[in-house]
Amino acid sequence: MNIVVCVKQVPDTATERKLRSDDKTLDRDAADGVINELDEYAVEEALKLKEAHGGEAAVTVLTMGPAKATETIRKALAMGADKAVHLTDDALHGSDALSTSYAMAQALGRIGFDLVVLGSESTDARTGVLAAMLAERLGVAQLTQAKKVEVSGTSIAVERVTEYGYDKVEATLPAVVSVVEKINEPRYPSFKGIMAAKKKPVETLSVADAGIAADQVGLAGAWSEVAEFAAAPPRGAGTIVKGDGDGGTKTADFLVTKKFI
Amino acid sequence: MKLSDEYEDLRKTVEAFARDVVAPVIGDYYEREEFPYDIVRQMGAMGLFGLPIPEEHGGMGGDYFALCLALEELARVDSSVSITLEAAVSLGAMPIYRFGDDDQRARWLPRLAAGEMLGAFGLTEPGGGSDVPGGMRTKAHLDGDEWVINGTKAFITNSGTDITGVVAVAAITGTTEAGRPEISTILVPSGTPGFTVSKKYSKVGWSASDTRELSFADCRVPAGNLLGERGRGYAQFLQTLDEGRIAIAALSVGLAQGCVDESLRYVRERRAFGHPIGHYQAIQFKIADMEARAHTARLAYYHAAEKMLAGEPFKKEAAIAKLVSSNAAMDNAREATQIFGGYGFMNEFPVGRFYRDAKILEIGEGTSEVQRMLIARELGLSAL
Repeated sequence: MNIVVCVKQVPDTATERKLRSDDKTLDRDAADGVINELDEYAVEEALKLKEAHGGEAAVTVLTMGPAKATETIRKALAMGADKAVHLTDDALHGSDALSTSYAMAQALGRIGFDLVVLGSESTDARTGVLAAMLAERLGVAQLTQAKKVEVSGTSIAVERVTEYGYDKVEATLPAVVSVVEKINEPRYPSFKGIMAAKKKPVETLSVADAGIAADQVGLAGAWSEVAEFAAAPPRGAGTIVKGDGDGGTKTADFLVTKKFI
Repeated sequence: MKLSDEYEDLRKTVEAFARDVVAPVIGDYYEREEFPYDIVRQMGAMGLFGLPIPEEHGGMGGDYFALCLALEELARVDSSVSITLEAAVSLGAMPIYRFGDDDQRARWLPRLAAGEMLGAFGLTEPGGGSDVPGGMRTKAHLDGDEWVINGTKAFITNSGTDITGVVAVAAITGTTEAGRPEISTILVPSGTPGFTVSKKYSKVGWSASDTRELSFADCRVPAGNLLGERGRGYAQFLQTLDEGRIAIAALSVGLAQGCVDESLRYVRERRAFGHPIGHYQAIQFKIADMEARAHTARLAYYHAAEKMLAGEPFKKEAAIAKLVSSNAAMDNAREATQIFGGYGFMNEFPVGRFYRDAKILEIGEGTSEVQRMLIARELGLSAL
């Protein structure tokens, strides 16, 4: 089984994140780059599926991002992935979700896959649409928000998290699966894994290598545009409810106005 | 000084582990004086106990500096787990790796390197610490094909956990030609009749680590349990302790840095006289000094480790690193506690723990006075 995990480098949520004033894209120099948290769960799930299949599966990491994203690729390889493909090109800078899905789908088509696994959203853009877009572009089954994945032969079953519990969804491979944090507990890479990661093959693909039309990606090819942005306003002082035996009622009334209850 | 990619990746991995796994729960273990088996198991799964041990013995194939980086990152959050790792690897596994024969290595190293079993080193005694061999009282003699050990060892880390498997015991095994005590190291498996592990000490700090007194009363082990050559015990633990000083220096730097981390967070939140207290120079200067101490102490242990790995003499550098880093830990813990005010005196705040954990760093693995002795001796000064 050929498993590809899509892994994104995102700015560390523990640091202050900024957009650039010139082209309104993420300021990657302002924050440390880390592996997108949910993608760590995706890597772990891919490794678990590989382990369940004995030696007859390979896990390939696919990352689209600037040169600095090699740190994130190394992390996924240190966890145990076998090899990586780094899709990197200045022409990709500023791609939105739609053009990213196009570029990633082109790369995936070139790599070949039975199963694509990715986190259900990234902590930076948080669009949460990439899995659906990839499945559509690739013409394969879409199994999103998975909290459990089982593969048997060419059939795949997932438990898809919903507001009311979960759906059990089944499909035939190939498929795209996005995972939520309930699915597993990602392993910490061992030093042996870290050392081994340096020797694992990482193929670098440019836009041309992957057969991507340069005018359909990047800022020029984006279908959406950041019109303007502003820093989040500082948190206000809050409302203090003073109770004279009716504190509970007043609090409940407040929550009703905010539609929490 | 820039770390190579693999060292930096290891450092970041342990940093994340300490933050996400250790930090949320260690305060409770500390309060209960309970050994954190679950954390140790996870550290084992990450391969931390095998960092400097070659892969053919079940280790990670890294080196001693990799271990030091892990110790520093753990100690930024908590010293109990860091000293547990330090003692298990530096004092438990490494002597067996360095001085053991093939059978001893095969028997003990794979489980020690995996963290499934902990080893300990019994050197210090109730009446003797740095004054070996003169202060040592534990004796062993050959009776047929068995060693018979009698004596008591004090303050032995990792010696009484549920997963402790073996203790290397230093004992007087005779008299040298020069008329001095001959010291040898003998491996004593846990549970050997005549080997008694007392209950845990009640300690000022390191409360989630396992420290006990051990006694040996006609304790018999096979002659083959001798570690390395007979009479080489003194040389063995001098080498073990020289390395261990670098490891304790790394742990001390971690504690010193942890004080900076905690203080930086706190002074941005805590307000007094109309501003966050980090606004005031009195606080800024304290933190600047703390950062400078942690930074310079880190350079000192990096340098000592570099010399050690290059195979150069490093006794003086290790002693300097241990001396300045334990000083830095103590000073930073005192200042961080001062910055936190009343909260710093509460056990539930990490800096309160750091304060309690810092003092032993000026004592264990050679006191600060012993480090100064070693440095002076390396400079050519001895009893004039």
